[in-house]
Amino acid sequence: MTQIYAYIPFKNGAAEDVALEYPAAAEKIEAGATVTAIVTGSGADLDGVANEMAKYYKEVIKVDNAALAYPNAEVVRKALVNILPADAIVLAAHDTFGMDLAPGLSVKLDSAYVADVVDFEGKDGDLLKIVRQELGGAVSTHVTSDVSSGAVITIRPGAFAPVEGGDAGGSVTDKSGDAGDLAAKRTFLEVVEAEVGDVDITKSDVLVSIGRGIEDEDNIEVAQELADAMGAVVSCSRPIVDAKWLEKSRQVGTSGQTVKPKVYMAMGISGSFQHMGGVKGNPFIVAVNKNPKAPIFQVADVGVVEDILEFMPELQEAIEEL
Amino acid sequence: MEILVCVKRVPDTAENEFELNSAGNDLDRDDLVYSVNEWDNYAVEEAIQIVDNVGGSVTVVTVGDDEAEEVLRREMAMGANNGVLLSDDAFEGSDGKGIAAILKAEIEKGKYDLILTGAQADEGAGQVGGMLAAMLDYPYASLVNKIEVDGDAKIKVGREIEGGNQEMNEIELPCVLSIQTGINEPRYVGIRGIRKVAKVEIPVKSAGDLGVDEGAVGEAGAKTKRVDYFVPDMGDGAEMLEGSTDEIIEKLIEKLKAKGGL
Repeated sequence: MTQIYAYIPFKNGAAEDVALEYPAAAEKIEAGATVTAIVTGSGADLDGVANEMAKYYKEVIKVDNAALAYPNAEVVRKALVNILPADAIVLAAHDTFGMDLAPGLSVKLDSAYVADVVDFEGKDGDLLKIVRQELGGAVSTHVTSDVSSGAVITIRPGAFAPVEGGDAGGSVTDKSGDAGDLAAKRTFLEVVEAEVGDVDITKSDVLVSIGRGIEDEDNIEVAQELADAMGAVVSCSRPIVDAKWLEKSRQVGTSGQTVKPKVYMAMGISGSFQHMGGVKGNPFIVAVNKNPKAPIFQVADVGVVEDILEFMPELQEAIEEL
Repeated sequence: MEILVCVKRVPDTAENEFELNSAGNDLDRDDLVYSVNEWDNYAVEEAIQIVDNVGGSVTVVTVGDDEAEEVLRREMAMGANNGVLLSDDAFEGSDGKGIAAILKAEIEKGKYDLILTGAQADEGAGQVGGMLAAMLDYPYASLVNKIEVDGDAKIKVGREIEGGNQEMNEIELPCVLSIQTGINEPRYVGIRGIRKVAKVEIPVKSAGDLGVDEGAVGEAGAKTKRVDYFVPDMGDGAEMLEGSTDEIIEKLIEKLKAKGGL
């Protein structure tokens, strides 16, 4: 039976949502596989998360060390290499920490690596069958990975259903003594909090959100006028912030703001998972995009295949005439 | 500061509508527009800016076929000093580790203080930088959106983490960093710039030149392999509004009224 280890990320003493999504992923790797949660950190925060995880996992390993108090990927990797068996299947999250940790971990464990998995289709001998996406979600792929000498796999947060219950009655094993030398060539200094902008997009019930389809900084005015007509606020996807056309505080996505509007107007947004990861609370999503194959149409409630630069002014006029 | 930037030629997601070929096992590549991976452009721009400030040189490297040379020339037109193409039939079908192993062999032939990659490329894995660092035993930071060079032993880097926050780290040189978009504004490359570097010699290195074991890279060495491409059945997806623009807007306004959008 395959032994799977799940790395539990947490912040401020609370496990991230993905912590409860690993069991479903593990079950799809191999029905009945045993999953051990592994938590690294320091002090009361760590103990709290480890005990919480024991409600969902039969076995929890905790590693307590002052050097692990902030999750510095290099330090965590050193501890994991000393604690995990070399042929382990290790699950981590495809998030900003997982991307920092997992590729190097797979090298040090000399095992296979697969990133950003959205589904598993079981094993065929030593070949694990995997579903991923490429090209910003425009296409899906089947991938096989030879896991005979172990694997490190990152799963996409939100891709697997969270485990129900919380009555696993698991035990916590302290393996702090096995962490080994945790000296690192990278030192964590501080977290610089995001600046608060002049408009708080998280407070608006209606967002007119613009992406690459806006094409030019001058066209943002077109979106602003539509937003004004709707009593909405303009938010955006990453490329608009990268181009410095709007402030970071207007960006919706995992690396920006998390919003919970009633209505989300995705204008010229392709709909990458990083972007949609910032849209919570199941809003009514309207997508307008001239590319009929844009991934956004798979998650939107209503879709329109038109050029937003022509469509938005017409919609604005019609709303103003109401 | 001697900087190496790893770049990749990829299908341009902004310019293409992706279709599958008739067999359904690959993209229809006949009319695909290729360009340099967007993240890599930011990495090259950052390298050029660092060298402008503290001196040194920028080398761009790619693993690919003959056509991959065009992205090296483009980045040299931006201002990179040298280009290297790592090309061999034995490299075909490499997984992330294979690519990292090929790059490692090239890096060990030179002497670089700083190695940059894009945070991710067309496959969306974001794996090569971290693997390369681990193979070289260099420290690594991913998703870097700020670099402060203040000396030649250590640098300060900011990583983009969730919620728009930035995680500041100090990291010893030599190191590997993967660069996130938005760290700078990559300069425009005009046709004149491309012409200027059209005749520059770009060395091409094979597995033999690099001393790479052919069995450890390419299809032969890959533990992770793509089987096919497919279009997923996503269930219903969006209700697509059809008709004239006026008709669409009429239907849309009704829905927005019902859902609290107006």
